Amino acid sequence: MRIQVTVNGQAREADVDPRVLLVHFLRENLGLTGTKIGCDTSQCGACVVKMDGATIKSCTCLAVQADGSDIMTIEGLAPAGELHAVQEAFWNKHGLQCGYCTAGMIMTSVELLERNPNPTAEEVRQGLEGNICRCTGYHNIVKAVLAAAEAKGS
Amino acid sequence: MTSRIFGSGIRRREDPRLITGQASYTDDISLPGTVHAAILRSPHAHARIRSIDIGGAASSPGVLAVYTGADIDGVLNPIPCAWIVPDSDVKAVAHPAIAKDLVRYQGDAVAVVVAESRYQAEDALELINVDYETLPVVVNAEAAMRAGAPQLHEDAPNNQAFHWVMAGGDTDAAFSDAEVVVKDTIIQQKLIPNTIEPRSALASWVGPTGELTLWTSSQNPHICRFITSLVSSVPEHKIRVIAPEVGGGFGSKTPIYADEMIAVFCSMKLRRPVKWTETRSENYQSTLHGRDHTEYVEIAATREGKITGVRSVVYAGMGAYLSTASTGIPTILHGLMYCGPYDIANVKADVYGVFTNTTPVDLYRGAGRPEATFLLERMVDLLAAELGVDPAELRRKNLIPKFEDGHDVATGLTYDSGDYELSLNMALEHVNYQELRKEQAHGREHHEYMGIGISCYCEICGLGPSQVAGAIGFGGGLWEAATIRFTPTGKVGVYVGVSPHGQGEETTFAQIVADELGVAVDDVDVIHGDTANTPMGWGTYGSRTTVVGGAAVALSSRKLKEKAKALAAHLLEAAEADIEYEDGKFFVRGSPDQSKTIQDIALMANVAWNMPEGMEPGMEASAFYDPPNFTYPFGAHVAVVTVDADNGLVELKRYVAVDDCGPQVNPMIVEGQVHGGVVQGAGQALWEGAVYSENGQLLTGSMMDYALPKAHMVPDIETLSSVTPSPHNPLGVKGIGETGTIASTVTIYNAVIDALRPLGVTSIDMPLTPEKVWRAIHQQGS
Repeated sequence: MRIQVTVNGQAREADVDPRVLLVHFLRENLGLTGTKIGCDTSQCGACVVKMDGATIKSCTCLAVQADGSDIMTIEGLAPAGELHAVQEAFWNKHGLQCGYCTAGMIMTSVELLERNPNPTAEEVRQGLEGNICRCTGYHNIVKAVLAAAEAKGS
Repeated sequence: MTSRIFGSGIRRREDPRLITGQASYTDDISLPGTVHAAILRSPHAHARIRSIDIGGAASSPGVLAVYTGADIDGVLNPIPCAWIVPDSDVKAVAHPAIAKDLVRYQGDAVAVVVAESRYQAEDALELINVDYETLPVVVNAEAAMRAGAPQLHEDAPNNQAFHWVMAGGDTDAAFSDAEVVVKDTIIQQKLIPNTIEPRSALASWVGPTGELTLWTSSQNPHICRFITSLVSSVPEHKIRVIAPEVGGGFGSKTPIYADEMIAVFCSMKLRRPVKWTETRSENYQSTLHGRDHTEYVEIAATREGKITGVRSVVYAGMGAYLSTASTGIPTILHGLMYCGPYDIANVKADVYGVFTNTTPVDLYRGAGRPEATFLLERMVDLLAAELGVDPAELRRKNLIPKFEDGHDVATGLTYDSGDYELSLNMALEHVNYQELRKEQAHGREHHEYMGIGISCYCEICGLGPSQVAGAIGFGGGLWEAATIRFTPTGKVGVYVGVSPHGQGEETTFAQIVADELGVAVDDVDVIHGDTANTPMGWGTYGSRTTVVGGAAVALSSRKLKEKAKALAAHLLEAAEADIEYEDGKFFVRGSPDQSKTIQDIALMANVAWNMPEGMEPGMEASAFYDPPNFTYPFGAHVAVVTVDADNGLVELKRYVAVDDCGPQVNPMIVEGQVHGGVVQGAGQALWEGAVYSENGQLLTGSMMDYALPKAHMVPDIETLSSVTPSPHNPLGVKGIGETGTIASTVTIYNAVIDALRPLGVTSIDMPLTPEKVWRAIHQQGS
């Protein structure tokens, strides 16, 4: 099937097998390997991208379902050479170790702060319940999201 | 220098690529012509393969080949166990990469399909027909040793994989003379490591040159090359292993697995790059599991609370085969830590390793030491309850007094340095222990169940002296190497054999070099993970990377500084004895104006226009560091929980970790290691566990069924530290990667049991899920 999507601001057109998952389309057809696959069952959140402004798990979305939509991946979060406030905060607060969950964590955090610009620590923890990190114990991820909120507010 | 770079919590240089999606993990890498492998796994835990019909699969669209056990027979050697613990009758049974006649656990590889795409390979798997004759199954280690149990391996009667006994002092006398003996049965449930990156391999065989390149998610690329050579028979110098970005390990990416070797085999047969990446369900079935002990434990003491002995009989489930380092875990890394931080004169561990029809176990964060700490700290709590004394005071009474340079314990180890009471005092003071006990007593009057759990620990890591490795049957060395090389413009490359995968040594090693050589930290690059451009090394596990690898980095820096000093003397036309060094500058004593920076010297060494007689050109040094002893970090942890007696729900309210890993190269990274480890250990206490049905089906087969800690399930972790240097390490450092899991599981467990004490509950098998806690409360009540 032929699909048209905007990915990180760029119009893309492709022929895809109807069963191809969006995450595979992004990684293999478009070479955007920043989005990861961790669990195949929608638990871990490593594959989170934004579709028309809302976060989705791209391992449980078909590429054809994305036809006509506007997708943003970690690669498109900030202009080249710049960092989004959430990326900067993850760096400053040591919000990552192995980095594998990080793209999904950051995309989820970005959307969380769009919905709730001044969350409490508890709200951040609840907001990240669809993303699993095995390295950080979440402590510094929560600190990073709170720091990003503060940086954006100031 | 205004502030020292060693000890500074600077941001990690790894992060910019990771937070922008620019880092490449194995599955992100593709070569021209890459084809994809998918592995068919046994749905049965124990079965004879009567026949395999690959016909439909071989002709499926896009399929290049289908291989079975018959194809690898005689081509790929069995996957070896690389740790044969001496004097324990280890049965290193053959583990073929693809099963030919028998499958012994659900997930054992049966066939592999290689196709142009992963989708096509998966489609073809569906078309392979295997005729199985199912056999009786045993999943529990203790049951597997009973008469009449199903037998896994002909050459391992009673499923006994090994039997190891460690005895120090005279436990028989200690127990027969004991005033108090407390017993318990401890179940260390089987755990699934769950790196968020699944394992992956990309094998590329270039036939005409006979060269194999293997990109793989490995914690130890040099060991991987070594064993890949043994399994594939490709000479080691023709193999290049690259561990690119690796998404977590926790021990699970230490072993050499069948799957990666299957990818190698396929690439060699097809002469195409072959990529294989496991799905999460494959990860649950075929990546190693951890723990799985049934322990019968006794502790002996005087009425005054002096612990006089500890002994155990342990049935350690090894799974269906012996994985790479598996035999060393319930033995060396477990039994030898039975003294913990306490002065205990008589200890004995009697450990049976047992084959079961389950996924093999191997190193999982802490590996043996969490089990030892749990055993000891659980028994100390039970003893405190029996004697009616405060558990903190009982611990204090038995702690080994402060020592700075060696202390021998009954298991035969010599601890390096320790100040155990300091950790306990810091933890109790920080958590405000006496107030908490008052709060607890008050709450109990209103049927509110708050619990306080304590653990003191000391652990063995920084593996380790190579001579000891040989003596304990470890199939390799345990030294590390580093090469430091200046470019003509004064920039520094640090090439190391260890291979971090999230622990941040690209940053901390640069800090060590910057500190040793007075260069800017941003001028130092750390290169690791590729056997083609790094010195031999034994890998990242056992909290050894900074301890052993970092020491090699420091020693090579010091060697290079000696050369720089000699060259500086020559250039400054002074005697070497008159040259002084400060902050990256060499100068003639008394004349600081006459100086050369280390960059000036690097340039001269590189161009070699004016060298002293006999000095080789180049600004490069290598050092090999073989530690004289292990390191023994220690600490004390306190957990505060509440238990809702109506529904059994445990809430972890506070967690205080006091850890001492000696001087910290980067405190931010140290804290991060503690946070992650504590939460991983909390997972074992409260939520995680691999559950098998009687017939060997893994019931917790996906992240939907296996409960991992999530952000809202845990509190902030309160971290404190003290600094007791290791006397034998060039930097004084001890490991910190595993202390979290080593201490936290039992700390939280003790807190829950402490909460339930007024309800008469003294023991619940982990994980302490609401259902189990509720049942335990109500069984007592009925």
